[in-house]
Amino acid sequence: MTTLGTRPPETTPPAPPPTGAAPSPSPLRRVGPWLLNGYAGAVVFILFLPILVIILFSFNDPVGKFNFVWKGFSLEAWQDPFKYEPLVDAMIVSLEVAAVSTVISAVLGTLIAVALVRYRFTGSGATNTFLVLPLTTPEVVMGASLLTLFLDLNWATGFWTIVIAHAMFQISFVALTVKARVRGFDWSLEDAAMDLGATPLRTFLRVTFPLILPGVVAAAMLSFALSMDDFIITLFNSGNEVTYPLFVNNAAKTALPPQINVMATLIMLASLVVIGLSQIYTRWRTRG
Amino acid sequence: MRGTATGGAKRSRSAPYLLGLPALAYLGIFFVIPLVTLLKMSLSTNVGSVYEPTMVLDWHWANYSDAFSSYGAQFSRSFLYAGIATVLALLLGYPLAYVIAFRAGRYKNLLLGLVILPFFVTFLVRTLAWKTILSDTGWVVSLFDLLHVPMPDGRLLSTSWAVVFGLTYNFLPFMVLPIYVSLEKIELSLVDAAKDLYSAPWRAFRAVVLPLSLPGVFAGTLLTFIPAAGDFINAQYLGSAQNAMIGTVIQKQFIVVKDYPAAAALSFVLMAMILVGVLVYARVLGTEELT
Repeated sequence: MTTLGTRPPETTPPAPPPTGAAPSPSPLRRVGPWLLNGYAGAVVFILFLPILVIILFSFNDPVGKFNFVWKGFSLEAWQDPFKYEPLVDAMIVSLEVAAVSTVISAVLGTLIAVALVRYRFTGSGATNTFLVLPLTTPEVVMGASLLTLFLDLNWATGFWTIVIAHAMFQISFVALTVKARVRGFDWSLEDAAMDLGATPLRTFLRVTFPLILPGVVAAAMLSFALSMDDFIITLFNSGNEVTYPLFVNNAAKTALPPQINVMATLIMLASLVVIGLSQIYTRWRTRG
Repeated sequence: MRGTATGGAKRSRSAPYLLGLPALAYLGIFFVIPLVTLLKMSLSTNVGSVYEPTMVLDWHWANYSDAFSSYGAQFSRSFLYAGIATVLALLLGYPLAYVIAFRAGRYKNLLLGLVILPFFVTFLVRTLAWKTILSDTGWVVSLFDLLHVPMPDGRLLSTSWAVVFGLTYNFLPFMVLPIYVSLEKIELSLVDAAKDLYSAPWRAFRAVVLPLSLPGVFAGTLLTFIPAAGDFINAQYLGSAQNAMIGTVIQKQFIVVKDYPAAAALSFVLMAMILVGVLVYARVLGTEELT
């Protein structure tokens, strides 16, 4: 860095040194990469820290109703994770909402992604921009606007309005993820199948679908996680239905048992297992 | 049968529309129309009671002027907090994305996994975990005390810094991932050529890598700033009443007070301000590409 100021002007550049033959690199060049890696490591640590705390506090033996201060190691919450019925019910509602909304958004999002990647059509640019809009709208506005629609239509908010709301923001995520994953594929395989006499439907089922499947699975997993996690939009459109995040929000005002941490840890472990399995599956498929 | 140059088969003209229609119809009904009903609500007056609301569209523009005059402080606080959080997320996220893209080697997937891991742990529970970490009796406060790091009123929790930090943390993955994607696309031979051309690595970075990663920076900053500006969870859990953001107000007006017209006007103002900000920002950065 100290050499920056003394460098000759751009008009007379020095002969570039041959790569890998710098005789005595400045100390910064040797330390620089380590500093950068250390910095990145620290950021990863910040990302990971609350998760560590969540896991740690699932083993806490809290005094009183809240689980904010470490009091001592206990396996109690893990031995009885389903102790609080409303918590279990909320978790089941969350899983059901996520399952239904993910199916809806995976189908709709994949279809539109295929349309955008495979075809050139009038309005495709506008469609691309339109798909990004839900991502650039604050959740509080989307939640509020859906609520005004349901009020207008006189629909009682509950399970299905949560599903509708979740599928709405998931579609964009699915479409963008699938689009990114299938861009640059060798679509000539499709033409080969067609030239060999396969019907469009057969071509789709035997060629196109297997090609895009890993992208669809990745998008669906992301979509499921987003639904499980959503709080703001759900808060507006839930009526009397209570999802896991809503339960946590209510509990934060009254009592926070360590079972909440056990549930959060279990969700994370389940996601890791699913991701691991899908990785193994992808590797096995690409090898075979 | 067809041209190969575009790489796109055109079996039928109607196919893309048929494939795209269901999603577009869904978003039309549950994303666009709600914005219209929200607009209608923001210009209405409740002539019924709180429990039996009866909305009449009477073009009540005062809802908007009231929104500005009553909640100006919350608006400016939201944009300030979101702005600082976005800058912090960029400062933290860019180097991480860079290391993952160019230096991680076989640890690349592991690091990417760690970046998206928070997505699989409920947002609210993570924010509650920060409440534990930043609490007055927590180790961070003790460490800061030991190092004589100045803290407002000697604490972290319930300060604006805790809220800003919470926002930074929550949306950090949304900053890292788009930047990583744009860095990943850069061809390594280009980076090597730049390193040969400019002897200082920093100059090579500034001349070649940074400009090519700007689309990622653009997407990342938007995906951080927009949700942060509308957020109320961090203010609610990590801040105090003095840190209420505009999301807090909208949520209260809609769900607790049930003053729908006022809340709708606030939502629209928030959206309009963000939209204007995004357009100006896009112009400044010289890119209109979002994806």
